[in-house]
Amino acid sequence: MLFFVGRRLAQMVPILFGVTVISFLLLHLTPGGPVEAQTGLSLKSSAAAKENLRKLYGLDKPIHVQYVIWVKRLARLDFGKSFTDGRDVLQKIEERIPITLKINILSMMLMLAAAVPLGITSATRQHTFFDKLTTIGVFVGYSTPTFWLALLLMILFGVELGILPIAGIHRIDTAGMGTMALALDEAKHLILPVFVSAFGGIAGFSRYMRSSMLEVIRQDYIRTARAKGLPEGVVIKRHALRNALMPMVTILGLSVPGLIGGSVIFETIFSIPGMGQLYFSSIMERDYPTVMAMLVIFAVLTQFGNLLADLAYGLVDPRIRVAGR
Amino acid sequence: MSSARVVWSRFKKNRLSVAAAIVVLLLALAAIAAPLISPYKYTSIDVNNVLSAPSLSHPLGTDELGRDVLARMIYGSRISLSVGFVAMGIAMFIGVIIGAIAGYYGGWIDSVLMRFVDIMLSFPTYILILAIIALLQPGIFIIMAVIGLTGWADVSRLVRAEFLTLKERDFVLAAKSSGAGNLRIIFRHILPNALSPVFVAATFGVAGAILIESSLSFLGIGVQPPTPSWGNILSSGKDYIETAWWLSVFPGLAILMTVLSYNLVGEGLRDALDPRLWQAERTSPD
Repeated sequence: MLFFVGRRLAQMVPILFGVTVISFLLLHLTPGGPVEAQTGLSLKSSAAAKENLRKLYGLDKPIHVQYVIWVKRLARLDFGKSFTDGRDVLQKIEERIPITLKINILSMMLMLAAAVPLGITSATRQHTFFDKLTTIGVFVGYSTPTFWLALLLMILFGVELGILPIAGIHRIDTAGMGTMALALDEAKHLILPVFVSAFGGIAGFSRYMRSSMLEVIRQDYIRTARAKGLPEGVVIKRHALRNALMPMVTILGLSVPGLIGGSVIFETIFSIPGMGQLYFSSIMERDYPTVMAMLVIFAVLTQFGNLLADLAYGLVDPRIRVAGR
Repeated sequence: MSSARVVWSRFKKNRLSVAAAIVVLLLALAAIAAPLISPYKYTSIDVNNVLSAPSLSHPLGTDELGRDVLARMIYGSRISLSVGFVAMGIAMFIGVIIGAIAGYYGGWIDSVLMRFVDIMLSFPTYILILAIIALLQPGIFIIMAVIGLTGWADVSRLVRAEFLTLKERDFVLAAKSSGAGNLRIIFRHILPNALSPVFVAATFGVAGAILIESSLSFLGIGVQPPTPSWGNILSSGKDYIETAWWLSVFPGLAILMTVLSYNLVGEGLRDALDPRLWQAERTSPD
């Protein structure tokens, strides 16, 4: 197993090298640089001023030299300084991580809490009305634009009923609020974002849980458990569920890129100051160092998600870790 | 691939998918016939009815400039569907070529191409699309191109897998021994047999591209006003969220209906095109 992990990690090295090349070229080959973005509105900025800015950012050097400088720093986890406010990129990103992580973990828990029972029930009652209904529900869930669902919920709970806040993570005047009151206020703000980001996943996860469960309950050891007279509830909960849950780790790993993309959307809609919002605003401001750093970080996270998925696969099916892919 | 008639006879057993296919056809007809069925021109402004709720004269209400929402949605369907189809077409074209070359030639060509695919798939697709579109000038053709150029990697893996098994089959060896060139074998002999999963992926691909376009337009970096698109009507829906619910509800329903229909057709097509599944259904309950 250790050998398997080591080989998978080694495979990631050339891929991540490619990721740095693409992230770099993507930003440096597209028209409209950070200098134009900052000076575009002021007519006074002379050619000389622009040249100075370019020098300051290191954009005057040949492109391959710029790349080498960037990668060398990257290897020491030095992501450079932001073009927009001169702050350390790593620090800028670090302060955005907690809220994004919190929402994604909460929504992941909600996804599993809803999808696992749904999947088990449809699998054990295959071909019933309930099963057909959840199947249609899954397709609707897949096909619903997240941002639209967010809009509808904002109209319903924020505007019509007026019971939930629709933007930010805290009310404007938090001064004088106790810890409990603050936590409650945050919880209220997080209900809609967590639900919205979990919604699409519930559909996919429950489908996956259903097929995983269907596979397991056809196995011989389930027949044995039934044959020796165990009650159906015990067969499902003790014998089937444990084996059916393992493949769910795979889908958790593979859902990482979707979660990252989703964060951009719901953080923008609900004005949540997380990683997704930082990414979107950094692109708009042509803040190269921040965007490149985040592209690399997102790619690393995706790769680790894949690794997790492969490991879960390898645990379930030993042939995979011996033969590789 | 099985003949079209066999596929159709299997497909029509799935009533949900047939219903979805009818919706897909009706949507396409509505988009083509937009000038005939639209109650107003999508640019015409009714100054007396700005942001008015659904009524007899404006069945789905009007927007912030007094334009008819139904008219804009009908014309918007042209944008959404054409982005969906063109983006999907680009992705399938590149995916098929790359997958066919990698699978057929194998060796170092395969290794290089597949490592490139790995790199592409390391970026969350939506993150990559956002970066490229925001850095370029947003516009409908850019959107089509970017969604297509970032969506081919999965397809190439599918096609490669098909080629890996098909190239060992007897009919390919027969073609080779009768002196057919590589290109002829790839495109005339193997590719037609490898297209089933591509058709399925293409149907899902249209749905995916429509979703991506609408969310980009919603964020303001997609189709630019005054050109109507379902996503940019929703974008003004967010601006007038407190007063004009109809701007948010109807275009979203249109997106949901369209994407759902394409997904259901794709699902039906997958079941109908997969002979293994067809046989498996006889023997096992799933």
